[in-house]
Amino acid sequence: MIELRDIHKRFGDLEVLKGVSLQFVEGSVSALVGPSGGGKSTLLRCINLLETPTSGTVRIGDEALTFSPGLKAGWKNIQRLRRQTGMVFQNFQLFPHRTAKENVTEGLVTVLGWSREKANARAIELLEKVGLAHKADAWPSTLSGGQQQRVAIARALAPSPRVLLCDEPTSALDPELAEEVVEVLASLAREGTTMVMATHDLRLASRIAGEVAFLDGGLIVEQGTARSVFDQPQRERTKRFLASLAAASGAN
Amino acid sequence: MPDWLQLMLNSLGPLIWAAFTFTAPLTLLSFGLGLALGLATALVRLFGAAPLVAVARFYVWVIRGTPLLVQLFLIFYGLPSAGITLDAFPAALIGFTLNIGAYTSEIIRAVIASVPRGQWEAAYSVGMSWAQAMRKTILPQAARTAVPPLSNTFISLVKDTSLAAAITVPELFQSAQRIVAVTYEPLILYVEVALIYLALSSVLSAVQVRLERRLNRYGGFLEARA
Repeated sequence: MIELRDIHKRFGDLEVLKGVSLQFVEGSVSALVGPSGGGKSTLLRCINLLETPTSGTVRIGDEALTFSPGLKAGWKNIQRLRRQTGMVFQNFQLFPHRTAKENVTEGLVTVLGWSREKANARAIELLEKVGLAHKADAWPSTLSGGQQQRVAIARALAPSPRVLLCDEPTSALDPELAEEVVEVLASLAREGTTMVMATHDLRLASRIAGEVAFLDGGLIVEQGTARSVFDQPQRERTKRFLASLAAASGAN
Repeated sequence: MPDWLQLMLNSLGPLIWAAFTFTAPLTLLSFGLGLALGLATALVRLFGAAPLVAVARFYVWVIRGTPLLVQLFLIFYGLPSAGITLDAFPAALIGFTLNIGAYTSEIIRAVIASVPRGQWEAAYSVGMSWAQAMRKTILPQAARTAVPPLSNTFISLVKDTSLAAAITVPELFQSAQRIVAVTYEPLILYVEVALIYLALSSVLSAVQVRLERRLNRYGGFLEARA
């Protein structure tokens, strides 16, 4: 179980999250949707503590950390929690000075102290899974955006995290390249990988997410199963947002 | 053989010897130590506590704001009055190290800051600590950007070591001066010494090109393109 309880996040005078509580069941895929600036990315980044919540509790499995203003969480605690997670970024953020394979092995070798051999075997296994075993020795700069993102997924999965966090994983990609990333994520979902993603790609969210939370203005406006939120939104704000997305994709 | 050529050839041995025994060690040692000092100063400026940052800024301010020759004179001729007497070579080494440290700290600070924030986040996301992220992710990428400006500094240093002649270090330029004192042929000797410095700089420029090519092997852009 991954649990966020009463998460507040303040950047100076701006309160980006105004008390958000959510639970994610292991093996489930959840999507955080909503307009830009609504807080979905910040909330996602609070799960692996790339953003430190101003207050609230983050729990991943047996590890939990409670934040309150003026209290330092401590590096060790943050890292212990963070190591339960893997993260996929909007702009991939592969290490450009490492090959595809080395991107996957970097954390295993540097952080977990695996032997080079064991890490390489794991990397090849994961690159096969994302369909890029033949690009193991390629530099990121020579890969397409879709390929880079698939390597990034392999990198994030390398230490078998409890949860895979995806921050707008398809937003930097054209529809064709996005499709290959969606396919990889969909197959991970079928295998029971726990995922939480922030996205406004409805195709992605409706295809693989079981649960959806709609965030706007730092609050959860609506949540439920993907089907109920997407097909029968209850709130006016959700309806308007979904309608604008549908109109945008219809125009393409 | 014309006399001037004979003189040049006769002088070449002692000059090269001086370059090998003083100019090269002084350059390499002060650059190595200065780079370490520059890295430490840059890290303090970027990540240190406020009082340390103030110290680092003061150091860079003083060194960059005063002539290198004056600094060398202060260390070699000035400090004995304060009870600190140094041999010529250590005095020069300290002077050049402090100088290189100040200048390279600005370069290193800039190249570390130029690595995109997302790379820190990527490193953290795979579980790295700050130190691991710095060592494995940030510095290797910063190093590539740093090669051209650091090469500038290094090549300047090779030539600036001639200032050590003024504090009695028997390096390349001082050796030429000594030969001039005996032969009264300043034009020939100083042309020769200029050519030797030019040759040294040319070799270093070639090394820079190779180093850049090696560091650029992972792609022509500073980051994997989105």
